Amino acid sequence: MKNRRFVLSSAAALASGIMLAARRSQAAVVAAGPALGAEERALHALNRLGYGPRPADAAAIAAQGAGPWLERFLTEQLEPRRMPQPEGLSARLAGLEVLKLGQAELVGRYRGAVKAAREARREQAQGMQADADALNAVREKVRPLVAQAATARLSRALESPAQLEEVLTEFWFNHFNVFASKNAVGVLVADYEQRAIRPHVLGRFRDMLGATAKHPAMLIYLDNAQSVVAGYEPPKRARRFLAERPEIKPRVPSGLNENYARELMELHTLGVDGGYSQRDVTELARMLTGWGLDSRKALIGGTGDLFAFDARKHDAGSKTWLGQTVQGGGQAEGERALDVLASHPATARHLAFKFAQAFVADEPPANLVQRLADNFKATGGDLREFTRTLIRADEFWSREAYQAKFKTPYQYLLSSLRALDVQPTNLQNLLGALAQAGQPLYGAQTPDGYKNTAAAWRNPEALTQRVQLATTLGQRSGVTAEKLSSTLGASVSEPTRRTLAGEPASQQVALLLASPDFMKR
Amino acid sequence: MLRRQLLHFGAFTLGGLPVSLVRAQGGAQKKLVVVMLRGAVDGLSVVAPYGEREYAASRPQIALAAPGAADGLIKLDSLFGLHPSLSPLKRHWDGGQLAFVHASGSPDPTRSHFDAQDYFESGTPGRKSTPDGWMNRLLAALPGEPAPTRAISQGSTPPRIFAGTASVASLGLGPSALQRRAIDDPKLQAGLARLYANDAQLSGTLRDTTEGRGEMSRSMAAGDSKSMDASADAGAPSARSFAADARRLGQLIRKDAHTQLAFTAVGGWDTHVNQGAARGQLANRLASLGEGLDALAAGLGEAYKDTVIVVASEFGRTLRQNGNGGTDHGRGNVIWLLGGPVAGGQMLGEWPGLDISALADGRDLAVRTDFRQVLAPLLQRHLGLSEAALAAVFPQAPQTWRYADKLLRA
Repeated sequence: MKNRRFVLSSAAALASGIMLAARRSQAAVVAAGPALGAEERALHALNRLGYGPRPADAAAIAAQGAGPWLERFLTEQLEPRRMPQPEGLSARLAGLEVLKLGQAELVGRYRGAVKAAREARREQAQGMQADADALNAVREKVRPLVAQAATARLSRALESPAQLEEVLTEFWFNHFNVFASKNAVGVLVADYEQRAIRPHVLGRFRDMLGATAKHPAMLIYLDNAQSVVAGYEPPKRARRFLAERPEIKPRVPSGLNENYARELMELHTLGVDGGYSQRDVTELARMLTGWGLDSRKALIGGTGDLFAFDARKHDAGSKTWLGQTVQGGGQAEGERALDVLASHPATARHLAFKFAQAFVADEPPANLVQRLADNFKATGGDLREFTRTLIRADEFWSREAYQAKFKTPYQYLLSSLRALDVQPTNLQNLLGALAQAGQPLYGAQTPDGYKNTAAAWRNPEALTQRVQLATTLGQRSGVTAEKLSSTLGASVSEPTRRTLAGEPASQQVALLLASPDFMKR
Repeated sequence: MLRRQLLHFGAFTLGGLPVSLVRAQGGAQKKLVVVMLRGAVDGLSVVAPYGEREYAASRPQIALAAPGAADGLIKLDSLFGLHPSLSPLKRHWDGGQLAFVHASGSPDPTRSHFDAQDYFESGTPGRKSTPDGWMNRLLAALPGEPAPTRAISQGSTPPRIFAGTASVASLGLGPSALQRRAIDDPKLQAGLARLYANDAQLSGTLRDTTEGRGEMSRSMAAGDSKSMDASADAGAPSARSFAADARRLGQLIRKDAHTQLAFTAVGGWDTHVNQGAARGQLANRLASLGEGLDALAAGLGEAYKDTVIVVASEFGRTLRQNGNGGTDHGRGNVIWLLGGPVAGGQMLGEWPGLDISALADGRDLAVRTDFRQVLAPLLQRHLGLSEAALAAVFPQAPQTWRYADKLLRA
């Protein structure tokens, strides 16, 4: 852990670094178009390192001056723990039960609901009157917990002053995506985000990788909890239990499942071109056998975390992985594998590209990707330094990068609500709109998560939905075009302002929200 | 440049001349619908080689029973059987409108879903730099006049397969997909057009939106009113089901004389755990897919005789079941061909068998037929592409398929 003085001095260094970057980019005017002005830079920071300006941000920029405002903003954003949380947000989060329950209790609830539903179905099959609540128990128990997770995510994104932390949480959650509709994952997404992702977004990559690898949401989603040594036989007591229940027998794991091992290398670390083979996938799966869950804990009303390494399920044989011989070593084999993957040059390249693509441009500048990768390697995967490298980069503040990213549906919705300062009363409608737009929250089914490029989102159906949202919000918010326009400040171009001035007043807010300037960030 | 764009835009939306007046010449248009199964469906369960000894031996819990047994396969021939959940498709097989190409797929050996889907959609396996999708190149190369609804993408997001410069209409999901929305207001459209004038991409998207939605709504409103949504969705398990969406797509293709290409995708096939056999997870998914394809055919109505529906997935799954009654990522899969022009009721392509020596990497069904070898004859003989146009759609394609002449009815 860094001491406070170091943190403060590095924050100051960051601020001066940004000033240097500003001067350098002015020097490069010829090739890159005019450098961003102070207000443009402030808006750029709000749009890229947050979910866009709110009226209060515009007021603060006006009051403090864009330059000083930006300097303070960037310093604060890298130290989110020091920023006071607004009372309203704290109160809302405090009301969410899902953030207080431990993994064992969460999964216990899920299992209880599954059992109740199974019994109700059995009764129904026998012609008995089944309890309607019990029949729908899984849906009824899981759904409110996913909704609470979504409430926490959206409330923070809309109201937290620590905007960079929110944006990074979205990025890294998406990088280590899990899907709420698979088995018990739904009851666990809040805990996963809260404990495996959020604490590490400005910490160490290796820690986040380890936390996701051991989190029940990931162990269930990518099936590693069920991947066991070939020929595995459950312990004697379990065998007797199973002998009486032949229908469960096929569900008892008896060998490897490659799912997690493959995505761990392809998506989480090395990248698909990171130089591994099918053999490496299988060998890594063998190394990770035994990494699973203590399900008994959830069944008997236990508390706490569920990760458990079970040596009986582990393949103790020797393996050949990425050209190295790995002797049987229990849980340490998996830990060692995560060490190797986290510090592999291919991982640095893969993460650098993804990060630069999400925060700078769909086709990120090669030099920036290289610098991010170098930084990742040099710091041993320190994500605060990684993020700082991005924020210091000339490429980040360049004219080409300005307003160049097409918003995803999630970013479009959040930035609209922030710009209009709307306090949504019904989050279900918002979640429905995201699902309709193809980006349901916690609903990316595949482990690659959502893309953030224009090619993945810009099409007639997306435009239809955005214009619909713009019109609805325009009518309901009661915000005037002048007010909205002043909030958006320099992110609305002169040509757009001129065109808008000639449009009917009743359409101006909708048109501004549907403008090219607001579709992008 | 700015002025030209505005004029071009105006010609379509403000000129008042409905694009539907510009009829394509000749008889009924030939149509191609591609249904992509994202996530790698287990082709050895879709069309199971029950005649191979290794099939049941490799899958103690998930092999399907031979035809005739309880919950058994639907017999296709002495080697292959169709998954019992796909019973709605049996009449298409019996009627000679359904064929399968087994042991087919991509020549690239990747077992990454995302790379493999990308290769299927770009049509250039092994090459990541291809900027566009093969269906967009096909749209550009198609003989005849362009039209805003010549190609329809169903779903909320743009698929890679349609990426490119040619305009593609998009049809949302659910019963309200073509209900009147804010963007259908001409005044708002005009305002947006002015606002987007300096943004080539957004003004292009706006043009595709207004023209596409206009055409699709007119087409759906024309003719028999009874097939317009409410009743079409009646009886479906859910208004948002694949079957309802597929039927709607079929109707639209039937009613819009311009539509020749359509694409939709269905996910959820990545069955690593407990995929089940005649019942279970995969069986449920296949039942919904089979019902949906049958609904698509029903929606197409008389246009079914001019339509080829291709169903494909990025790769197949392991021959042997894994440690969890599921299957992991494999290689060869089965391509489905459905529709009036298909010379159905037959299995096409070479079958390598399941002997260990015939398996790819000793574990997976081998790929004997490149997916482009199956698509090429459809593009040439069904859609009328020239040799040169075909080369633009599939550059560096493999040689002509031995079965190319057998795919379509004479």
